[in-house]
Amino acid sequence: MSISVSMTVNGKAVSGKVEARTLLVQFLRENLSMTGTHVGCDTSQCGACVVHVDGQSVKSCTMLAVQAEGAKVMTIEGLAPSADKLHPMQEAFRDNHALQCGFCTPGMVMSAVDMVKRHNYQLDEATVRRELEGNLCRCTGYHNIVKAILAAAPAMKAAGV
Amino acid sequence: MTAAPTGIGARVKRTEDQRFLTGRGRYVDDLALARPTYAYFLRSPHAHAKIRSIDTAAAAAMPGVVRIFTGKDTAEAKVGSLICGWVVKDKDGNPHKAPGHPPIAVDTVRYVGDTVAMVVAETASQARDAAEAIKVDYQVQPACVDLARALDKGAAQVHPEAPGNLCYDWEIGVKADVEAAFAKAAHVTKLDLVNNRLIPNAMEPRAAAADYDAGTGQYTLWSTSQNPHVLRLILSAFVLGIPEHKLRVVAPDVGGGFGSKIFCYADETLVVWAAPRVGRPIKWTAERNESFQTDAHGRDHVTHAELALDKDGKFLALKVETIANMGSYLSTFSTAVPTYLYATLLAGQYTTPLIYANVKAAFTHTAPVDAYRGAGRPEATFVIESIVSKAAAELKIDPAELRRRNFIPSTAFPYQTPVALQYDSGNYPPIIDEATKVSDYKGFEGRRAEAKSRGKLRGIGFSSYIEACGLAPSQVIGQLGGGVGQWEAAQIRFNPTGNVQVLTGSHSHGQGHETTFAQIVSDKLGVPLEQIEVVHGDTATTPFGMGSYGSRSLAVGGSAIMKAADKIIAKGKKIAAHLLEASVADIAFENGTFKVAGTDKAVPLGQVVFAAYVPHNYPITEVEPGMDENAFYDPANFVYPAGTQVCEVEIDPETGTTEIVSFTAIDDFGNIINPMIVEGQVHGGIVQGVGQALLENAVYDKSSGQLISGSFMDYTMPRADDVPSFKVGYKVTPCPHNPLGVKGCGEAGAIAAPAAVMNAVRDALGPLGVRDVPMPATPLAVWQTIQGAQRKAAE
Repeated sequence: MSISVSMTVNGKAVSGKVEARTLLVQFLRENLSMTGTHVGCDTSQCGACVVHVDGQSVKSCTMLAVQAEGAKVMTIEGLAPSADKLHPMQEAFRDNHALQCGFCTPGMVMSAVDMVKRHNYQLDEATVRRELEGNLCRCTGYHNIVKAILAAAPAMKAAGV
Repeated sequence: MTAAPTGIGARVKRTEDQRFLTGRGRYVDDLALARPTYAYFLRSPHAHAKIRSIDTAAAAAMPGVVRIFTGKDTAEAKVGSLICGWVVKDKDGNPHKAPGHPPIAVDTVRYVGDTVAMVVAETASQARDAAEAIKVDYQVQPACVDLARALDKGAAQVHPEAPGNLCYDWEIGVKADVEAAFAKAAHVTKLDLVNNRLIPNAMEPRAAAADYDAGTGQYTLWSTSQNPHVLRLILSAFVLGIPEHKLRVVAPDVGGGFGSKIFCYADETLVVWAAPRVGRPIKWTAERNESFQTDAHGRDHVTHAELALDKDGKFLALKVETIANMGSYLSTFSTAVPTYLYATLLAGQYTTPLIYANVKAAFTHTAPVDAYRGAGRPEATFVIESIVSKAAAELKIDPAELRRRNFIPSTAFPYQTPVALQYDSGNYPPIIDEATKVSDYKGFEGRRAEAKSRGKLRGIGFSSYIEACGLAPSQVIGQLGGGVGQWEAAQIRFNPTGNVQVLTGSHSHGQGHETTFAQIVSDKLGVPLEQIEVVHGDTATTPFGMGSYGSRSLAVGGSAIMKAADKIIAKGKKIAAHLLEASVADIAFENGTFKVAGTDKAVPLGQVVFAAYVPHNYPITEVEPGMDENAFYDPANFVYPAGTQVCEVEIDPETGTTEIVSFTAIDDFGNIINPMIVEGQVHGGIVQGVGQALLENAVYDKSSGQLISGSFMDYTMPRADDVPSFKVGYKVTPCPHNPLGVKGCGEAGAIAAPAAVMNAVRDALGPLGVRDVPMPATPLAVWQTIQGAQRKAAE
């Protein structure tokens, strides 16, 4: 049994046929071939699949594709303003070596952008660490991720994003 | 070597980051294949059982099912056993027991997760649904899970070929000499340790995809591998019999490895084998629970150690008895880990003149155990650094001072240890001096008192580690039983337009080789960084190499690149001599330009390269055209990074919660190519070590053999708020035997950190009369230890 689903992903109207059990992350990866969003676990712990749904960060493995019907979804592929310009959070991750293997990175970046906005661009180290509770990284030891997010907060404010 | 803005020593931003930050990395599961099928592996729910029968009829009739394979199919097709590539000889010179490891269990399952059947279907969900419909009639058998009891009489037996579950009983050192030294000792410190079992948990689950081209007979395997050439070699020569030139292995972007992706696994073997039988490409990606169950686990030792000291606190001798868990089957390098990568490191940074170690490797009904970040060296460091700190506490000698008293002096290098290794270089006292300074060791007692006034227990712990990495002279590896060479290969290929491809047999899965290796070439040949492309991870395009593990990529792979660059320069000089009408002996090369010494005549490398590809004005009778050089580098010795970590903790005695309040790591990695990347390696390593010390534990139920810690909800991965920011620094003694003067940095953090953290926890609880706490020191373990100490004090 398949169900039609339509949503906006990175500003583009998309639709497809899914099973009722199809997760949003499966829809993104398999139906849309947008493989930037990753799956690192099956218990909604790791956060590699975080995307924004209607402006809020969501673990896309915890949401059915049909639940995103009509929603505005933004994935890591849609974050940078243009092909040659990165979002300040992406820039901060690169400047601070906040990624190694890159697998957790899309989820980390999407979580971090949402975190900065929810805290109105005002963050301290303890808050960043606490807020990263839902994102696992095995490579960096978090040190440089925390640094990057703290550096990105004022940069995002300055850029108005 | 001068530090150019993009050369050696520069904090160059990583070139690979652009694709990872924009969602354009290409991992195995991202691969789009035409007309793919999907595999799902049915796994044993039992730790030990006989398979009476398997009924696949109902499953085969499920929607979308293409094929189902069982152990009967692979046995009939004569699929080989998965191999262990390192032969360890026991005390009597006999090789270790090597029971077969069929990729799919034939009549017996030996751990929870053992492969029972492979379902191939049109979609992953259909494959999974069908697997649930397979009926397996198991006759459940008693399981052997408890490592400490695995070698006891009456323990359930894992393999008939290994009576008493003993894989090998191995020793190093002369026991009688060590005993004689103990007899004369002024003090003996004794220690019992369990080195807890860990699950690597790279964030990208293992994955494999295979395709077979019936027209050419060519197989392609895309795998999450740290060493695609070695994987191809094993699959070709030992397991599947596919001629090596007919199998291409591609390891594209790989999301972390930490050792767990070195090995040849059943799953990837089976997708290759099944691809021609299905006639379409097959994809498989592990679910995280499969990663927990089937990735090779790490550590898992039970150890008794004793250290003999003289009246001045000088170490006289060390003896160590270890039981090491091999799990149910021998993984690819499993046998080497608790022997040649463990006991040979037991001298640590110290002059201990006599060392004896006995290691018994045991089979149990658990997942295979193999190399995990550090592989044997963290286990050795945990033994040494725990017992040294315990001796210091017993003798009331400052732990930093006891270490200093026993350090190998800087004048003693090269230093021959009593356990086979010869350390090439090092200078340990300045490292611990710097570590005590950065960590404000002097001010610690004040901080302890202040914490006490708040009802908290504060402790400080040292860990001075040594590591032997950058494996290593191939001849030595062969003598020790290793089945492969340990050199590395590189190719520097200039294109006619002057840009460069650097092809390496190393593999990057987070370490940043694409940047570091390009920095080396840029520095050496004067080519701008953006004109250099590092190519790795594909047996069809890169030279045969050994891959990346054991902190070897830069020390061995980087050295091969240096050798290839030397060949480029040597060839370029001949061409330049012709173009400049000078003799080759007069040509010098610097900053990308060939010059005639003492004149202003010069020709840039780019022009020389162009001449080599368009050899119109060219010494064609003496020099071949083209500019493309290969090199193989076989190291003269291991490299020996060393360092000291200082960890400071605060424990809440009411809850048993340990907070790391400060963590300092001072390392000697030799010369450093990119400090930004090296620091990242240290941070990540430390957190894996902290995870082992405080959080992570792979637990099997002792009677059923079920993996209790089988998900991220049950197995505590370190999170951002479990750790602080770190203070890291360097001291440099260049490696004397490789052309870059580099030592490895990938594993150091994980090697040293467990002892640093545990020594801090022990120190914090010391005032309560506590000498040891089980690892991981979870809040429960710490709280129970405190309760036990208080009960004892009240008695």
